[in-house]
Amino acid sequence: MNHLSEAVRWLLDAATWSGPTGLGVRTVEHLQYTLVAVLLSAAIALPIGLAIGHFGRGKNVAVAGTGVVRALPTLGLLTLVALFTGLGLTAPMVAFITLAVPSIIAGAYSGVESVDPRVVDAARAQGMNGWQTLLTVQIPLGLPLIIGGIRLAVLQVVGTATIAAYVGAGGLGVPLFLGLRTNDYPLLLAASLVVIALAIVLDGAFDLAQRLIRRLPGFA
Amino acid sequence: MGIEFRRVTKTYPDGTRAVGDFSLVVPSHSLTVLLGSSGSGKTTLLRMVNRMVDPTSGQVLIDDADVAAEAPVALRRRIGYVMQHSGLLPHRRVIDNVATVPRLNGASRREARERAAELLAVVGLDPSLGSRYPGQLSGGQQQRVGVARALAGDPNILLMDEPFGSVDPLVRIELQRELKRIHTELRKTIIFVTHDIDEALTLGDQIVVLRPGGEIAQTGAPPEIVENPRDDFVAQFLGVAGGRRSLRATVRDDGGLSISDSTGRPLGILEALPSKAPGSLPGG
Ligand SMILES: Nc1ncnc2c1ncn2[C@@H]1O[C@H](COP(=O)(O)OP(=O)(O)OP(=O)(O)O)[C@@H](O)[C@H]1O
Ligand SMILES: [Mg+2]
Repeated sequence: MNHLSEAVRWLLDAATWSGPTGLGVRTVEHLQYTLVAVLLSAAIALPIGLAIGHFGRGKNVAVAGTGVVRALPTLGLLTLVALFTGLGLTAPMVAFITLAVPSIIAGAYSGVESVDPRVVDAARAQGMNGWQTLLTVQIPLGLPLIIGGIRLAVLQVVGTATIAAYVGAGGLGVPLFLGLRTNDYPLLLAASLVVIALAIVLDGAFDLAQRLIRRLPGFA
Repeated sequence: MGIEFRRVTKTYPDGTRAVGDFSLVVPSHSLTVLLGSSGSGKTTLLRMVNRMVDPTSGQVLIDDADVAAEAPVALRRRIGYVMQHSGLLPHRRVIDNVATVPRLNGASRREARERAAELLAVVGLDPSLGSRYPGQLSGGQQQRVGVARALAGDPNILLMDEPFGSVDPLVRIELQRELKRIHTELRKTIIFVTHDIDEALTLGDQIVVLRPGGEIAQTGAPPEIVENPRDDFVAQFLGVAGGRRSLRATVRDDGGLSISDSTGRPLGILEALPSKAPGSLPGG
């Protein structure tokens, strides 16, 4: 309990957050890593997932592939890649993207599959081509689940982004690992609390977005 | 825009034979009714015309050109299709649903919406409903929107799959009258699917009675079919065998004749007799 109150007191001190290596900078770095990793993952995973949903093919491959990828230990992957790329951001980014891509693929194809087949049939029957059906019917109506996949990816990455510090990059892993090495439990705890708070806030934001979308007309 | 089915068959991948050796000529500007019970292949036949279903064998021709040679997307944009369920896009306003095909054909949003608003009026819907979403309409209203949408691209061919299935009898009669008007005024070639005999007799220039398995039991104009059902199946289907089409007249107290069918169900009052009446009416 002592450690906790000390951690909270430290977090409430304005000095903690300021400065070039302050918690503020680390938090921003942490969010940047998350954002970049999820954007890159989405750029890879959304086309794949949407194509699987649209054409109704390749789902077995995707499920098997994501199973394998998810079984990879993230820290192991990070270390392995770092052996080739050296210290810095490349190795953690590879690890985060590996983590995020399967969730986004799964969300994308489930979203497209969740659209009432009769509605898709009607769109085609009016003369929409494949792209028009995907862009104006399947993606909009599948949006809640597509965003659900991105939400999951964001949570996975924001929680894991601490390991960037393991190979010399920044983020909230820096104070966390420092606390771990120096037995500074309040510091360790404080850094963890910020990560948890970030996760909760981001999750809440996605939850809100999904709720708002589901309240639009046309979503059952 | 004549349509011809040339020996088409359809066997679905699961082995269901929906249509077996079906040949039919639908003359230009005619209204042809496909009449048959549930599962007799009506929807399957209709969807062969706009290539939503490709026949297993045989050909469908529009103006003597095989539809298989035309790109499905272009074909569908020039054929109006009213689906059995409304098939509206739930996330788009009614007006934008109706505007779909004009938009696909390159009309500006404003033009397309103006056209859509006109068509809502044509099918008897208050234009104010245009700003609603399909989920906020009754089933019957949704079906009318489906009809408006099919007309919006000004197609020469109209495929209508039980379009008035979920409207009440009064509105149904009104819509049938409206369809007749559209048909004569706009001279479209229409294939109309129904399992309602009276609707078929009201609308059809030509009626095609289907047996289960998508085979033709009889083709003919309404009077031919009622007067000379080719076999027991057609007779049964039309209710000729059950006595629903054998009418008898009884003299009313205040003059005139009251008509009922042979089960005794009253049908109405006889308003006119042929000038050259047969010597005696049966039973009268
Ligand atoms: N996609 C499909 N796959 C397999 N079988 C199908 C498919 N679509 C239709 N069928 C079968 O083909 C037959 C004809 O179906 P179709 O929908 O053409 O009948 P219908 O005359 O329109 O019936 P209804 O009046 O009930 O709409 C039925 O036995 C049906 O189960
Ligand atoms: Mg049908």
